[in-house]
Amino acid sequence: MRIVIAEDLFLLRDGLTRMLEAHGLEITAAVDNGTDLLAAVTSERPDVAVVDVRLPPTFTDEGLRAALAARRAVPGLPVLVLSQYVEQLYARELLAGGSGGIGYLLKDRVLDSAQFVDAVRRVAAGGTVMDPEVIDRLLLHNSGDNALGTLSPREREVLGLMAEGRSNAAIAQRMFITERAVAKHTASIFLRLRLQPSDDDNRRVLAVLAYLSAEQPAARE
Amino acid sequence: MSSRTPPLSSSGLRGPHPRWIGAGLVSARRGLGFGALMLAGAALLLALAAPLLLAGLAAGRLLGRSGSPANFTVVPGGVPQPAGPGEPLGRQLFLAALIVLAACVVWLLLLPRILLAIRRLASLTRRLVGEWCGVRIADPYLPIPAAVRGTYFQQLRWLLADPATARDVLWLAVNACGGWILAVLPAGLATVGLVEFIGPTTRPLVAIPPPAFPGNTSFVLILLGMGLIALGLGSGPAMLAGYGTLARFMLSPAGHAELALRVRHLAETRSEAIDTGAAEMRRIERDLHDGAQARLVAMGMTLDAAGQLIDSNPAAARALLLEARDTSARALAELRDLVRGIHPPVLADRGLGDAVRALALDSPLRAGLASDLPGRLPAPVESAAYFAVSELLANVSKHACATQVWVDIRYADGMLRVGVSDDGRGGADASRGTGLRGIERRVAAFDGVLALSSPPGGPTAVTMEIPCALSSLKTSSC
Repeated sequence: MRIVIAEDLFLLRDGLTRMLEAHGLEITAAVDNGTDLLAAVTSERPDVAVVDVRLPPTFTDEGLRAALAARRAVPGLPVLVLSQYVEQLYARELLAGGSGGIGYLLKDRVLDSAQFVDAVRRVAAGGTVMDPEVIDRLLLHNSGDNALGTLSPREREVLGLMAEGRSNAAIAQRMFITERAVAKHTASIFLRLRLQPSDDDNRRVLAVLAYLSAEQPAARE
Repeated sequence: MSSRTPPLSSSGLRGPHPRWIGAGLVSARRGLGFGALMLAGAALLLALAAPLLLAGLAAGRLLGRSGSPANFTVVPGGVPQPAGPGEPLGRQLFLAALIVLAACVVWLLLLPRILLAIRRLASLTRRLVGEWCGVRIADPYLPIPAAVRGTYFQQLRWLLADPATARDVLWLAVNACGGWILAVLPAGLATVGLVEFIGPTTRPLVAIPPPAFPGNTSFVLILLGMGLIALGLGSGPAMLAGYGTLARFMLSPAGHAELALRVRHLAETRSEAIDTGAAEMRRIERDLHDGAQARLVAMGMTLDAAGQLIDSNPAAARALLLEARDTSARALAELRDLVRGIHPPVLADRGLGDAVRALALDSPLRAGLASDLPGRLPAPVESAAYFAVSELLANVSKHACATQVWVDIRYADGMLRVGVSDDGRGGADASRGTGLRGIERRVAAFDGVLALSSPPGGPTAVTMEIPCALSSLKTSSC
């Protein structure tokens, strides 16, 4: 798998490169700004781009804008955005395209390399990966939602993991239950939230995220 | 918040007649109100000048007694002798002086009361001029030092040291000498006109002599009366506005007094800003010391232990390494929260509008946001407004029992206006609890103001106004 990294801090760029290479992934370019990222993705056509939100010259949301620009330049390019902090606002902007191949994670997640590499692979495969903190805040924001209130604690946990972009198998492993139990939970969740069930993992994630980030959650019955 | 001047034509006077008549009637009524204030002012002036008047009166009486020839029996070839009721002049003088002295003592004791009454009257005039004439007049008085209340001499000194006191007295004099005419003239003209108008048709109410000119007929009088009424009512609003301008000229803070007030305000808000800043630094220091710093120390020790165990007990070393990793994750989380509290990254990235949008997204309430900012605000203002909104939203979700909150951010005429309102139960009080007071202080450091409207039962609306300049035009973002 071929990866382009955009990260301005040398230590982190180097650390990411070494970690991903240690897991057998190929780093085709490691750049430190948005312009170079755009050039690298158009010339290298990588399987996934890993981009830091804060890049020179403005050190604000340059990386986010570069990632969105890269996706416009190379349609369907999977992008995993890393940040020291996560904002729902940015998650929304990344998800606005509606297609998959988007990841948004806290930089902390690189501490668990196995999970991080798994996330990179999922995004490269066209999946959606959201940081648990984004999901926590989405759930908090939706705490007034009546439909969500009818979910059992177990189902809420499944919903959260599903929103993070995990497959039934991963959820089952995480919750120490069988995949069939997870499937039962997800069916119940989709029924209660009146969402269209789907076998496609990514479409399922996007539906849940769209539900959670709808403008006026409490207005729903 | 600026109190809005009610429109001159009150709804009760609207009817079939043209609007200017209603406006004229209202102005005439208000002018009469100012006339009544003038009478009260004149009475206070008399009280202020009482000893002088009394002394003058006494002197006049004495002189009149000794000076008038009717009271003297002139003895031929002799000195004039005071006749009077048989008392010698010296004793009369002594008595008069005693009375005047006693009056002066009483007057001195009452002086602070009189001055305070004058001050109250001037304040009332300021308020009414603001409400009736649409002319806002700032309060010119120096604040009361805490020690002043109660003790007579300190109070007197405070009152006399304030240049606004002398200006108030001057205003009373100017008003009594002729200023009032401006206010009362419309009503007076209309009244005279009314009498001229009614006079010929019915019995004259007041003996106002009909104008003596050739052709002095009822018809002419009626025309004249109507003209006078029209003049009085028509000129009413303008006269009232003129009176307001005069009052502002006399009653607003004099140049140096205004500066003194400003300096005082700046000194207060500056020291508050410094205190807040220092407290914030201490909090950050403590958070770092107890949080990330402590975790890094723990991590170092865990790593050291792992290093010592790695050959003898690889399994234990591995467990320690995992522990160190978890500690570093916690340290990162704490640093992230700390940074969010100092200067939220999304605020630095996107400015106030999007930062508040992010706040709304995180809030458990239904939040509607309307943001109209043509550019980026100065960073300190942005930060103050952001934390104010953040705290207000937290207040709403904690106390208001609200389901919906609206945030409205706009910038116009060098002023940032932020409104936060909810559909909760109301009853918020800035004097209870420190939250609103803290926001008010933070906003005051930028010469901003905070207004709260929260009747019991709701809804609650908080409005902040911060004067500031836009630092840069909006850069196009994708």
